[in-house]
Amino acid sequence: MIIEDVLCPFCGCLCDDIKVEVEEGKVVGVKRACRLGSSKIRGHERIRAPMVRRDGELFETTYDEAYDRAARILKGAKRPLLYGWCSTVCETAKKGILLAEEVGGVIDSTATVCHGPSIIGIEEKGLSGSTLGQVKNRADLIIFWGANPAEAHPRHTMRYSSNSTGMFTPEGRRGRKVIVVDVRKTRTAKNADKFILIRPGTDYEVISALRMIVKGKGDLIPETVAGVNKADLEEAAGMMKAAKFGSILFGLGMTHSRGRYKNVDNALSLVADLNGFTKFVVMAMRGHYNVAGFGQVCAWETGYPMAVDLSRGAPYFNPGETAACDLLGRREADAMMVVAADPASNFPRETVEAMAEIPVIQVDPFPNPTTFLADVVIPTAVCGIEAEGTAYRMDGLSLRMKKVIDSGLPTDEEVVENILDRVRRLADDN
Amino acid sequence: MIIEGGIVYDPINGVLGEEMDVSIEDGRVVEESRDGEKIDARGMLVLPGGVDAHAHIAGAKVNTGRIMRPEDGRRGTEARTKLLRPSTGYTVPNCYAIGYRYARLGYTCAFEAATPILEARHTHEELEEIPIVDKGALTLFGNNWEVLECVRDGDLEKLAAFVAWGLRASRGYGVKVVNPGGGEAWGFGGNVKGIDDPVPNFGVTAREIIRYLMRANEALRLPHSVHLHTNNLGKPGNYETTLATLRAVEDIASSRDRQVLHVTHMQFSAYGGTGWRDFESKAPEISDYFNKHDQFTMDMGQLIFGSATTMTADAPLEYGNARLLKAKWSNHDIELEESSGVVPLVYGRKNPINAIQWAIGLELALLTEDPWQMIMTTDHPNGGPFVNYPEVVALLMSRSKREKELATLHDLASKRSSLPSIEREMDWNEVAIVTRAGPARILGLAEKGHLGVGADGDVSIYDVNPEKVDPSKEHEEVKAALAGAKYTIKGGEVVVRDGEVVAVPQGRTYWVDASVPEDAEARVKADLVEKFAKYYSIQMSNYMVQDAYVTRPRVIRAGVI
Amino acid sequence: MISGRTLGQGASLEAKTSPEFFKAVSFCALSEEDYDALGISGEGNVLVRNEFGEIVVSAKKDEGLPPGVIFIPMGPWANAVVGRKTGGCGTPQFKGEKVEVEGTKMPVMEIRELFADMKKQGGGRS
Repeated sequence: MIIEDVLCPFCGCLCDDIKVEVEEGKVVGVKRACRLGSSKIRGHERIRAPMVRRDGELFETTYDEAYDRAARILKGAKRPLLYGWCSTVCETAKKGILLAEEVGGVIDSTATVCHGPSIIGIEEKGLSGSTLGQVKNRADLIIFWGANPAEAHPRHTMRYSSNSTGMFTPEGRRGRKVIVVDVRKTRTAKNADKFILIRPGTDYEVISALRMIVKGKGDLIPETVAGVNKADLEEAAGMMKAAKFGSILFGLGMTHSRGRYKNVDNALSLVADLNGFTKFVVMAMRGHYNVAGFGQVCAWETGYPMAVDLSRGAPYFNPGETAACDLLGRREADAMMVVAADPASNFPRETVEAMAEIPVIQVDPFPNPTTFLADVVIPTAVCGIEAEGTAYRMDGLSLRMKKVIDSGLPTDEEVVENILDRVRRLADDN
Repeated sequence: MIIEGGIVYDPINGVLGEEMDVSIEDGRVVEESRDGEKIDARGMLVLPGGVDAHAHIAGAKVNTGRIMRPEDGRRGTEARTKLLRPSTGYTVPNCYAIGYRYARLGYTCAFEAATPILEARHTHEELEEIPIVDKGALTLFGNNWEVLECVRDGDLEKLAAFVAWGLRASRGYGVKVVNPGGGEAWGFGGNVKGIDDPVPNFGVTAREIIRYLMRANEALRLPHSVHLHTNNLGKPGNYETTLATLRAVEDIASSRDRQVLHVTHMQFSAYGGTGWRDFESKAPEISDYFNKHDQFTMDMGQLIFGSATTMTADAPLEYGNARLLKAKWSNHDIELEESSGVVPLVYGRKNPINAIQWAIGLELALLTEDPWQMIMTTDHPNGGPFVNYPEVVALLMSRSKREKELATLHDLASKRSSLPSIEREMDWNEVAIVTRAGPARILGLAEKGHLGVGADGDVSIYDVNPEKVDPSKEHEEVKAALAGAKYTIKGGEVVVRDGEVVAVPQGRTYWVDASVPEDAEARVKADLVEKFAKYYSIQMSNYMVQDAYVTRPRVIRAGVI
Repeated sequence: MISGRTLGQGASLEAKTSPEFFKAVSFCALSEEDYDALGISGEGNVLVRNEFGEIVVSAKKDEGLPPGVIFIPMGPWANAVVGRKTGGCGTPQFKGEKVEVEGTKMPVMEIRELFADMKKQGGGRS
C-alpha cells in the first residue's frame, strides 16, 4: 500500500508530499524525501522497552513502573525542568505544559539552544515574514545568511526557495539571484551568485554596514568590514534594493555566534529598512520539524514561547535565567524530564555534567546519549509515522501529520498524560 | 434552573426591563423549569449573554502579538488555581485568559474576525483552547487569487462555489474582506488607493471584489453578510472611500432577514482631513448615511487609551503604522491568499489624533439612530482590549462621563468632533441591543442574543438595579457592575459567580456548511488542483482543516440547493 | 571553532548510538593551510582544547574553510569545547569559541566512552 502526501518528521521544511510504501505494517519504501527524512521514515534502532536505572545500570521494566518512577521524580523535585518538545507534535506540548504547571516546573524547548536568540530578536523588533509559498511565487533575490540548506534542509531550495518556480518566478533559479553570507564556503555557497565570506562573530558589524549603505550613508564605513571589501557590501546592498521581492533566510550562523540575539535584531532591522525601498521578508531556518510548534503552543497557553517558569503558578519568562542551559548551568534544576530531544549531545559538556548529577526521565522513540544519563527511559511511537498530530513548519504554517503504521507503542502525548495522572494521584495522597 | 425576579432586558422578544423569571433546562431557555437550581436575581439586571461579533482572539497574528510582546504578557498575570489555568497578557492575553475574562464580563460568545484559509488550522487550535465561550471565525476572501480570478472572469457561480469550499476548508463562519486587492498588491510591497484602483497583475478593482463577494454571499444565503474592512482604513480623508464603497453596493439586496453588508470597526474608516495636521471626524457624515440606509450595519472599533496591539490582514496599514510610530513591526504574507501585520502602540489622551479617534467611535454610536445598525466593539485589541467594554458602555450611557473624559484629552477632540454637543445617553434596552441582541442578529445566530424559548441558556446577571441606579450620573457604579458579573450562565451552567469563574465548560465552534451545485464545485476543484500543483507550498490533501481541530462543532447549513 | 549541521550528522541524528553517527560527527575540518601546518598525516587525529575542555577528533581538509577556522559537526564532540554560559539569553555560544588545535596520537573516544563516567556520581537516586 502506498500512502500519499505524508509529512516528513525531520526538519523545519515539513515537506508534505512524501510517498510511503507500507507492507505488513512496515515501511518498505520512501519516495521524494531527502536523505535526512528518508533515513528517519525508514526507521532505525529503537529503545526496545521501558527502563529504569538501578545501581547505576538501566534495566528493562514495565510502562507502569516507569510512569510511577517518573511521577515520583517530578513530584519530589523542587525545581524540575521539562525540556525538549521539538521532535514531537503539538498535542504532546500541550500536555507537557499542563504537567509543568502541575509540578511547578520550568518548561523549555530546544529553541533555546537553537533559534531562541531569533525569538528574542523578534521581541525586540518584530519580524517581517511570509509563508514559504510567498518566497516560491515572488522572490527574485534570496539571501542565505549563516544557513546551509544544502546540508540542513536539503529540499528547501527545490520546494520553497532558490530553485522553486511559481506564479511570478516561472524561470526558477535562472530568474533569481542568490547571495550566501557565511564564515566558510558551504555547499550552499558553492551554488550562489555571490558569496560573502565573513569572519566568525562579525555578523553584527556586517549587517550594520549593509544598513548604512542601504540608507545612503555608505560613505561613513571603512574600506573593509570584518574582512569584507566595501565594494562587495555595496554590490550586495544594490542587489537588495533592486530586487522586487527579497528574502533573508537565516540559520544558526547568526544565532550561535557572538552577538546572538543582537545579530538577529539587526537583521530584522535591515529587513524593515529595506521595506522602505522594496518588498523584503525574513525567516529563520528552523531545525527540528516542530520546534516552531512548541513555541506557538507555549505562547497561546502561557503567553511566552519558551523558557517558562511555572513554579509560582503564574508563568514567568526570562531567558538567561529560566532557559534549560541556565538552570542546569547554575545547578538549580534538581530533576529533568526530556521529551523528544537529546540535550546530552546538544548542550555544552559542562551543562551535560550538571544533567548527569540529577535524576533524568527520557521520553523518546530512539536511544541517544541522553539515554546514557537517564534514570527512567520510556520508549514511544514516532510522531508522523506511528502517531498523528500537529506540527508547525519553519514559516509558522500548521499541518496535520499522519500515522502510516501502527507500532503498538504509546504516543508521547499518552506517556506525558500517564505521568500527569500519576502526579495528580500523588498530590491527592498527600 | 430558574433565575428569579430579575429585571430583564430582552430586546429581540420585546422585553424592556420587566421583572420576570427566566427558566433554563438542558442548556436552553424553556417556558418553565420545575426543578434545579434557583438563582435569586431580584433587584438585578438580567441580560442575554454578551456576544462579541468582532475580536482578534485566535490564530497566527494573535500569537505573533504574544510572541513579540512579552512585556504585554506580564501585564495580565494571574496564577493558576485548582480550577483555572494561569492567565497572562492585557492586549494579547493567553487563550485561558480570553475565556475567563469574557465570562467575567457576562459574555458567552465571541467571534475571531479574520483567518486566512491556509492558516485556519492554527486559528482552530487556539479557539479549542479558549474556555467557556462559544466561538467562530470569519474567513478572509478579499485577496485570494481564486476570488480575484473569478471576479476577473465574471464567474459568480464559480465564486460562490469557492466561497462555500473556502468556508468548509477553514471551518469558517462568514466572509471577511479586508482591504480588498490591497493585500495582494502588498505581495510586492504595494497597495490599492481606493475602490477603483486596479489590483496589479489581476486587473480587478476593490469595487468589483466587494460586489462579487456580496452577491456570492447572498446567493449562498449565508447567515452572516459580507464583513468588510474598508480600503484606505486608518488614513485621513478615508470617509470618502467608505461612503463610495457603500454607494457602490446600494443596489445589492440581502437574501435573508439581516443587513447586506457589515462594515467593521467604523471608527478607523470615518476620518476627514488631507493629512494628520487637519485630521478630523467625519462620523456625522457616516452616521447620517447609515440613518438613511438601513441595509447596512457597523461596529464601533472604539479606542481605549493606553496600550493596544494593532493586528490586521491590512498589512500595508501596519507597515505605515510602524514607520509612523517607529514601533516594533511584524508582517506575515500568506501565499495566494492574504497578508497581515502586527504593531503594538499606546493611545495617549494628549495625543490629538488619538483623542479625536476616541471621540469618533462614540459619535458613530450615538449619532446612528438605530442601535440595531451599530454594535459595540473595540476591535480587540486594535482599539484596545475587550476587557474595557464596561468603560465603553458607561460612556454610551452617560453624557457627564463623556464630558469628564473629554476634559482630560487634547482639546482637538472637542474641536474636531461633534461629541461635546451630543446629548444622547443610551438606555439599558439600547445597551442590550449593541452588546448582545444586535451582534447576534448581525451574525445570524438565531439562538444567541435573546432569552426566548429555545434560545441558548446564556444569561448575564449584573448587580445593578436599573430601576434605582441612574447610569447618567452613577456611571462608575454601572461600570463596576458590568466588569464583574454577579452571575454568568452559559448553557444553563453557572460559570461566574460574584465576578469569579466557578466552572469551565468547553464552548462550541460555529461554522457554515453551504451547499453548491456539483458542476460549480467541480469547476472550482479543477482550478484548485492546478493552483496546488503550481503555486501552493503544500499539497491540496493537507489543506483542509480536519475534524480533529473542531471537536465541538455547531454546523449551520446554508447554500443554493 | 564553528559547530554546525551536516547531511551526515542529520541523517544519523536520531540514531546516535550507531557507527554512522560516530563517523559523521567526530571529526574536525580544517583549512588546507592549517592542516598542513599541523603536520597531520593520513587519517590523523587532532586534540582540540580550550578553557572549557578538550576532545580528540579525526582531522579532515575542507577547502571551503578559511585559515584559522575549524569546523566540528554539531554533537557531543564539538560540545566538549563549548562553555556553559548563555550571556543572558539562554543560548550558549556554539560558534566562535577560541580553541587550540594540535596533532595527537590519542584515539577518538566512542560515544559511550564520552559519557561513561558521567552518571557515576549522580545517577540512580530518585
